[in-house]
Amino acid sequence: MKLKSALLGAACAMVLAPAAFAERGSDGEVRIIYWQAPSILNPYLSGGTKDIESASLVIEPLGRYDPTGALVPYLAAEIPTVENGGVSADLTSITWKLKEGLLWSDGTPVTSADVKFTADYCMHPEGGCAQGAKFDGVSSVDVIDDLTVKVTFDAPKPNPYGPFMGGQSPIIQAAQFAECLGARAPECTEANFNPIGTGPFSVTEFRPNDVITMEANPNYRDPAKPAFATLTFKGGGDAAAAGRSVLETGEFDYAWNLQLAPDVLAGMAAAGRGTAVSAFGSLVERIEMNLTDPSPSLPEGERSTVAHPHPFLSDINVRKALSMAIDRELLVEIGYGQAGRPTCNLVPAPALYASDNTECLTQDIEGAKAMLEAAGYVDSNGDGVREKDGVELRVLYQTSTNAVRQDFQALIKQWWEEIGVATELRNIDASVYFGGDPGSPDTFQKFYADVEMYANNFDGTDPQSYLAAYRCGNEPKPSSQWQGENINRFCDPEYDALLDELAQTGELSKRGEIARKLNDMLTKDSYTILPLVDRGRVSAHSNSLGGVQLNTWDSELWNAADWYRID
Amino acid sequence: MLTFTLRRLVFAVPTLLFIALVIFLLLELAPGDPMAQVPLTVPPEVKEKMRLALGLGEPMHVRFVLWLKQFFIVEPIHLVDAIFGSSLGEGMQRVISWQTRSPVMDIVVQRMPQTLWVVGMSYVLGVLIALPIGIYSAYRQYSWFDQIGTFVSMVGFSVPTFFTGVLLIVIFSVNLGWFPSIYDTTHKVTDLESLLFQIKQMIMPVSVLALYNAAQISRFMRASMLDNLNQDYVRTARAKGLKEKTVVLVHVLRNSMIPVVTVIALGVPTVFGGAIITEQVFKVNGLGQLLITAIQANDLPMVQTLTFIFAVLIVVFNLIADVLYGLLDPRIRYD
Amino acid sequence: MTDISQEPVHSSNQTAPEKSRSYWSDVWRQFRSHKGAMMGAVVFFGILLLVIVGPLIYHVDPTYIDIRSRNQGPSLAHPFGTDQLGRDILARMMAGGQVSMAVGITAMLISLILGTAIGVLAGYFKRLDGWLMRLTDLFLALPLLPLLLVIILLFRDPLNRAFGPEGGIFILMVTAIGITSWMQAARIVRGDVLALKEREFVLAARSIGTTPLLMILRHVLPNVLSPIMVSATLGVANAIITESALSFLGLGFPPDFPTWGRLLFDGVDYLQQYPERVIFPGVAISLTVLSVNYMGDGLRDALDPRIRGR
Repeated sequence: MKLKSALLGAACAMVLAPAAFAERGSDGEVRIIYWQAPSILNPYLSGGTKDIESASLVIEPLGRYDPTGALVPYLAAEIPTVENGGVSADLTSITWKLKEGLLWSDGTPVTSADVKFTADYCMHPEGGCAQGAKFDGVSSVDVIDDLTVKVTFDAPKPNPYGPFMGGQSPIIQAAQFAECLGARAPECTEANFNPIGTGPFSVTEFRPNDVITMEANPNYRDPAKPAFATLTFKGGGDAAAAGRSVLETGEFDYAWNLQLAPDVLAGMAAAGRGTAVSAFGSLVERIEMNLTDPSPSLPEGERSTVAHPHPFLSDINVRKALSMAIDRELLVEIGYGQAGRPTCNLVPAPALYASDNTECLTQDIEGAKAMLEAAGYVDSNGDGVREKDGVELRVLYQTSTNAVRQDFQALIKQWWEEIGVATELRNIDASVYFGGDPGSPDTFQKFYADVEMYANNFDGTDPQSYLAAYRCGNEPKPSSQWQGENINRFCDPEYDALLDELAQTGELSKRGEIARKLNDMLTKDSYTILPLVDRGRVSAHSNSLGGVQLNTWDSELWNAADWYRID
Repeated sequence: MLTFTLRRLVFAVPTLLFIALVIFLLLELAPGDPMAQVPLTVPPEVKEKMRLALGLGEPMHVRFVLWLKQFFIVEPIHLVDAIFGSSLGEGMQRVISWQTRSPVMDIVVQRMPQTLWVVGMSYVLGVLIALPIGIYSAYRQYSWFDQIGTFVSMVGFSVPTFFTGVLLIVIFSVNLGWFPSIYDTTHKVTDLESLLFQIKQMIMPVSVLALYNAAQISRFMRASMLDNLNQDYVRTARAKGLKEKTVVLVHVLRNSMIPVVTVIALGVPTVFGGAIITEQVFKVNGLGQLLITAIQANDLPMVQTLTFIFAVLIVVFNLIADVLYGLLDPRIRYD
Repeated sequence: MTDISQEPVHSSNQTAPEKSRSYWSDVWRQFRSHKGAMMGAVVFFGILLLVIVGPLIYHVDPTYIDIRSRNQGPSLAHPFGTDQLGRDILARMMAGGQVSMAVGITAMLISLILGTAIGVLAGYFKRLDGWLMRLTDLFLALPLLPLLLVIILLFRDPLNRAFGPEGGIFILMVTAIGITSWMQAARIVRGDVLALKEREFVLAARSIGTTPLLMILRHVLPNVLSPIMVSATLGVANAIITESALSFLGLGFPPDFPTWGRLLFDGVDYLQQYPERVIFPGVAISLTVLSVNYMGDGLRDALDPRIRGR
């Protein structure tokens, strides 16, 4: 046994060794498959993950988040902080310094003017920039010298890493996009499809919604990288087919986001050609409670508005009983396997912001029944459904169409019916459900249902704006064309006051404390939101592809420059 | 027949404009939002700005007229430019997709090769298989050949392609490793070897689709042949001493073609519409995949343009079918 | 084709009860002598019996989740095994069969009646031809998915109120499938009618003053029966599959409501691990369609005066 493991170790060392001496382009072709096909390589015109991640091979930000959520300089020489003087003590400005000698893939130098141009491009009032939120509160971006740029905010920003940080906010070349500002953005097809970048690869051909072919960027800053000479980025199909092509047939080297039932994925991985890898971020699958009355008997315009509180979900006992009836461990086992873990938190990570509450993890059907009983909900007519004051506990439970979500619905329905809450299920096509069409009754914002389930996360590592969504008055309502992020119609003045405090606080440990308190107010204190699963990301790579480090805080392809072929 | 054709062509213009309007209104009325695929982390204000940048702030009729102008005036000018290298269309805004922010027609042209290779080929193949099978099944009704043909075609039609496609992939790609499971749209045929690869990657999607098409057409062919084989004129023709082959393949076949021509003519436009499910299963990414992704992303200019092209083809091929009726059966007159 | 051979059909439609009975008994005799048709009928009604009576004997709730016994193969407790949540597949197949067969047959009938009516009218009356065929072109051109979304948006709530959630959805589904799939039948029937109405026997019938309605019922319809029967067979398969696609998109029945199409769709991901999950619904759909096909064949032969006469 010893000998065997020693041999294995030696074999591994030999396999790994060539990578260290590799030179650019020596490893041939790498093939990536995303089951959603990229439409455009300009993240400022499309917020879609597929577009942001494919673009991340070509264009890069000043800094990225690594798999632990820490900040790593990319085009910047270092990450500015208060300690190193890059962030002003009053938190109103941040000064970035570029690495020296950076070149665009066309051979021209990268300067701070490009950085400033990127801000101008996204902040143009007519451009409809998808990453506008990253530039929130930026009052000016000034070029100090060729390599230095200073971003000034109109108020103290405890988290100044919005602009130019992470895959959503890469630097684009001023010369290429100069004519594409504002309303003219869509005219620049060539630039949007083939942006000149600083990343490890540059585009040779872009076929929208189909396939991208790339080659190694001859001017990449590390002369030994990337190890691959060409890259094929195929899009389309479904997760099962993508997984099959990597794990079973070996046609591709890397497959993105394989949201498949755990046993299906395990079956594919058993073929031995590749490995499924997973990592966790801030994505949480949750059930949201509607605190307002969605009854169809109310006149249009008053359904699901704060004018009418929910007949029984406004009672915390009912919400808590619904939470107690759920076995989150089992949900994970059925739906996500290694790619999920049960959680009671809305903010599951980073560690600083993650609350330690775990009491929801134990299912307690009897306890839930007792709680409803004590609160006066009894089944007096023997139809299996509890009622109080003539109001029966009947809920409509909606979510988007997705195999795992439908399994969850079926399971949760059974548990809820067990405690005497009749449950009707509805699934809605994602393109309608997540769209904001005010004319459709089926959007998640309109919430014409009692409870609904979906997943959400936050960009980067700071949850402030994420938690700020649940501010009073931020709910979707007819006067705001049903736009708004406070899906539950939650309203608590104490919560709002804490939010204001968070916005004023710079000290990290204090921020963590406030954020945890906010998280608890939404979850274990009020059961407004029932977090179910902390959803990780599962991707797969072939056994011959080395260097993959799955990252959920930034683009998955963040370190494609370091990938290499294991022979 | 000529005046009929001309009259129908003239009548087609208002028909198509009306269809365009109906499609437009339908898409407007349908629930959906081009921001549906933008992550939830993007706040609503930003999404609203993005919608305005797409031109969604304009009233409905303005957007319809704009599309008409772009499709019927600007696009043809750009086509002329592309053919003759002129630059008449400089600065004129073409029909722009909301997903890709690029001209819709460019993408359509880009998708044509794989659509024609796979979907077109499978249709031709399907028809070529279906006709002889249908004829022979009818001629030898309830023979073993007919029974097997019936069985295969019914199973072929009732088992959907999302299942047969995956089944073929599991057998031939995963277990046997003969064919690629993912179609390479960038592959170019330059020599024998690359042609061989092209054939290999086409075999599975083409056979799945061909089976489905052949199943349908052969049923109609068989039924129609059966109707005619018992007619008096067949007996007369045989009595006259015509060869059996002539009787069946000339007299009966010609009179049996009307429903088959109808079905085939209805099918040709769907070739251009692509095969949504089969394209998804094999990642062919042709026009069908383009349409379905556009619908899912609520990319209205793209959906409108694709469906309208589709409508034009439907009108044209149904006209062709009507003309063919007249040729097959001279008694049919439209005047 | 001559007038004489049409005679039985002609007389059959007279309302004299005895004659009528003899006509239908004639048809029935012919149908019975058709081996394929009888087999088809036996299989079809067998499946129907199974899905209707089955749940009365086999008392297992198709939506009951027994998580401890998930992904099991066929056993005594679960003759067809269980699915990924431990639901009994046999119970789901029977419950799904009720819905799928009801939707398949009803939607097929709607589309067939609509298609035949439009096709006959367009083929027979020249004045209507242009308008009806342009309408057909329009329906062929409309993108299916947005159209269905609009139908659901407009009619889901009114229908739910009028017929209850399940009845409402059922009506919505079959009409939606019906009105989006009649066009092929209409074009085929029209093409046949165009040729048919120039035949001698039609001209002869017209010359003796037969009214258009009688003409259509006695002379035209019986002669376009075979393409209609083929359309019917294909229509059943089409409706069953379309239903699953609609439910999958969230436009149809609630997600925990099993149907054959849905079981098949859900099973495809498990094709390698648990092939029986696709085989059961796949075989059920194919058998139903095959049996409808053979019954259609027999019915066509039985109704065809030329064959029946022999």
